[in-house]
Amino acid sequence: MSAVAEKAVFGTAPATKGRSTGGFWRRVARHVLRDKAALFCAAILAAIAMSAIFAPWVAPADPYKTSMIRRLLPPFSPHFILGTDELGRDMLSRLIYGGRVSLTMGLAPVILATVLGGSLGVIAGYFGKHINMAIMRIIDVFYAFPSVLLAVAMAGVLGAGIVNSLISLTLVFIPPIARVAESVTTQVRDQDYVEAARATGASAARIIVQHVLANVTGPILTYASSLVSIAIIISSGLSFLGLGAAPPIADWGLMLNTLRQAIYVAPVNAVLPGVMIFAASVSFNLLSDSLRTAMDVRA
Amino acid sequence: MRDRGGPAQPLLSVTGLRKYFPLRGPLGNVNAHVQAVDGIGFNVMKGETLGVVGESGCGKSTTARLLMHLIEPDAGEIVMDGDPIGQGGITVRELRRNVQMVFQDSYASLNPRHSATTEIAFGLKVHGMKAAQARQQAHAALRLVGLDPDLFGDRYPHEMSGGQRQRVNVARGIALNPRLLILDESVSALDKSVQAQVLNLLADLKDRLNLTYMFISHDLNVVHHVADRVLVMYLGKVFEIGPADSIYAKAAHPYTKALLASRLSMNPAHRVSAAPLTGDPPNPVRPPSGCRFRSRCTLAETICAVEEPALNDIAVAHQVACHAVTPGSGHSLARGIANAA
Amino acid sequence: MPREHLVEVVDLSVRFVNRDIDVQVVDGVSFHLNAGEVLCLLGESGSGKTVTMRALLRLLPPYARIGGQIQLAGHDIVAMSERQLETVRGPVAAMIFQEPMTALDPVFTIGTQIAETIVAHEHVSWRDARKRAFDLLEMVQIPSAARRLDAFPHELSGGLRQRAMIALALSCRPALLLADEPTTALDATVQIQILLLLRSLQQELGMATIFVTHDIGVACEVADRIAVMYAGRFVETGPVAALIECPAHPYTAGLLRSTVQAGSHGGRLESISGYPPDLAHMPPGCGFAPRCQYRQADCIAANPELNSVAADRMVRCPRPLLAVSTSA
Repeated sequence: MSAVAEKAVFGTAPATKGRSTGGFWRRVARHVLRDKAALFCAAILAAIAMSAIFAPWVAPADPYKTSMIRRLLPPFSPHFILGTDELGRDMLSRLIYGGRVSLTMGLAPVILATVLGGSLGVIAGYFGKHINMAIMRIIDVFYAFPSVLLAVAMAGVLGAGIVNSLISLTLVFIPPIARVAESVTTQVRDQDYVEAARATGASAARIIVQHVLANVTGPILTYASSLVSIAIIISSGLSFLGLGAAPPIADWGLMLNTLRQAIYVAPVNAVLPGVMIFAASVSFNLLSDSLRTAMDVRA
Repeated sequence: MRDRGGPAQPLLSVTGLRKYFPLRGPLGNVNAHVQAVDGIGFNVMKGETLGVVGESGCGKSTTARLLMHLIEPDAGEIVMDGDPIGQGGITVRELRRNVQMVFQDSYASLNPRHSATTEIAFGLKVHGMKAAQARQQAHAALRLVGLDPDLFGDRYPHEMSGGQRQRVNVARGIALNPRLLILDESVSALDKSVQAQVLNLLADLKDRLNLTYMFISHDLNVVHHVADRVLVMYLGKVFEIGPADSIYAKAAHPYTKALLASRLSMNPAHRVSAAPLTGDPPNPVRPPSGCRFRSRCTLAETICAVEEPALNDIAVAHQVACHAVTPGSGHSLARGIANAA
Repeated sequence: MPREHLVEVVDLSVRFVNRDIDVQVVDGVSFHLNAGEVLCLLGESGSGKTVTMRALLRLLPPYARIGGQIQLAGHDIVAMSERQLETVRGPVAAMIFQEPMTALDPVFTIGTQIAETIVAHEHVSWRDARKRAFDLLEMVQIPSAARRLDAFPHELSGGLRQRAMIALALSCRPALLLADEPTTALDATVQIQILLLLRSLQQELGMATIFVTHDIGVACEVADRIAVMYAGRFVETGPVAALIECPAHPYTAGLLRSTVQAGSHGGRLESISGYPPDLAHMPPGCGFAPRCQYRQADCIAANPELNSVAADRMVRCPRPLLAVSTSA
């Protein structure tokens, strides 16, 4: 039974004493903070983020300093706790600096796409009919392309580089977010409280901002947060293909590519960037799951 | 909005109201219509409570939304205290200042993300009030409905019981000082003990704030308790309209009689022995020709399939749309009836 | 000598426990029911009536903890495993719900759903099951039954869907029928048809029935006995006529007075002051005391026991109204 149906059948005791237990986001936060798995993931992400932001102070060595003598040293070598890559650069430092690129490439497109795609979806969902058709059918065209292919095609058109892959990833994510936004808005629009708002004579813009947005941000954010992990993976893939960050920039995907040849010689080193991609994307995924369950719970 | 025409002029006068909802086929073409409201007319007099009864599909909720212009009518005229809506008379925005609606207590009648105060203040801010003053006014409205703003002002809908939510609904409705309050099944989802509280509250508010009510409900006993006049709807048509006592004691339309007889007895010693009506209310997409009730009516004759009955006076201020009680209609039962005064 | 009851419930308690809530929803409910009797559980929201009835077939969410004893036709419901319960649900007891659209599977026809249930429990052939489904549809007075066997739930009107659900419930010839507000969502003219149908079916098939409702009118139409529930406990039980005419518990009296009856016109309605109970924060004494106009110190101190006040009537109140009126 869904949470809403259960409540309809069994009810929950309303608080008749005392004041409010806080707004929606406060309750969601409370629920997430009690979820141990989510807290663990948040800790991992915080560690990656902190080390990325404070990289110049945290990284033990210069990520660009090469050394032909110290190539492919294994982990736990003296001075190089995670070993070195194929050009003798410190793995740990490169992974830390790589976090900068990867986290940016994970978050920035999703944030941009949420703002743009979310707005398009909400407008399409609220006004319906012709506006809806116009917006959603154009979006459907982009939706038809597989995301990686679209990103590659865009990179081909715009050229390689971090900024261009950022743009192409944003374009890839706008359609699914717009779809989710449109679908949730359509449901919310038919509720009685929106009719009541219309009945006061409010303009559409006012109703959207003050009534609709508050109710659709939850599901849209949940969906968007699940896209971050995909963004990290696709951007790593783009870098792997040479369409994203260019050498000698430290980027996990690019590192996977360049360490590919060393896989039989230094397997642990070759796999390390993949481990980082895995850790970051799974953590985002589990966090977004926890967000989703937190939003399902009422009171 | 000030009173214009005095007590004799109806607060709301509706003529020829019609709304068909198109049904689209797979290619988007319109192949049928749901005839939700089909050419109805009635008046709402100042200071009265007009009860509207009918079963699902009768169009009472659609009528309410047409009156508030939440749905655009296909045809018909609505006149408020002498001024027509639209066409140079009252704008829709002004209409909405004067006519407000109280919805059924569904979980979605209040925005789940808004506290009670925010929800009520929204309408006030729409009409130009500043935030602080709107808050004050919202608190005043909460007090009027019996909720302490300190305790309930910041509560969210899920933190309130059904009765409390419904009071907030009423507060939202009266916050703009409307002249007419449309109550669309506003007490139907409440427990009976809470229903009694809310009905008492509504009666108090009506006196204090000089309101007019349009009370829509499927519960005939509740309507009898609150209404001065009653309107009976069926499949988008008005079948009977008249003073409450007249309708409840001397209902003329066979459908009204059946509705009244379907009420539960409340007396275990005298249980209802036979259902007054068989079958379900028919589909509003393809209503029967002529009188829409003829497929379930025990008095149906040929004339009923051919010609649709119009509203006719049968007593003082009491009108019925039925061939069987209208003299000169051609129905066998109507032959013996003398013309009504 | 007490003969074997069809339903025997002793000290049933249900607690909802999960990370967010910990609430006693049903608190010590005991009753018994014989074959052919109709018991109505009457109460408002939060009374625990629905949970009590669902506990009889253990149709509760996973976070529900059941205590006490439930015997259905000799089966010990609390002790049975989920698999064993499947043999009870259907042939021994069946349930009909408030919202037929959600209780019927929308992707299968009515005939298929009924026949499937029959085949699963009685192991007959599909043809025999379909024949029986047809008989059942006729028994619940669905017109054009043969055609309706192949109809999907969304193709039927509300009243017909409810009848189809009743047919589904009766398909395995249960000895006990559990009805969860089956007419609340129906129009008045359809409600009376369904109630009359249930009454006649119950008499014809000799089923025991438990009806959950918040509507006194429904209780008057169908019940032999009523059990009034408040905050998870029985506050009054008795034969329907006696209870309606002369309620003994202040809550029952308040409920009857605040129900709008035929002929009531204008004037103030009597209502029960206060708000419905908050099950998470119940006072130590009588659950109804905060709202009761007759409360005294002993009501707040301890929860009163369910005591017999007249033949076949029990009340949970130290000063039942019945005693007051007969002594006056």
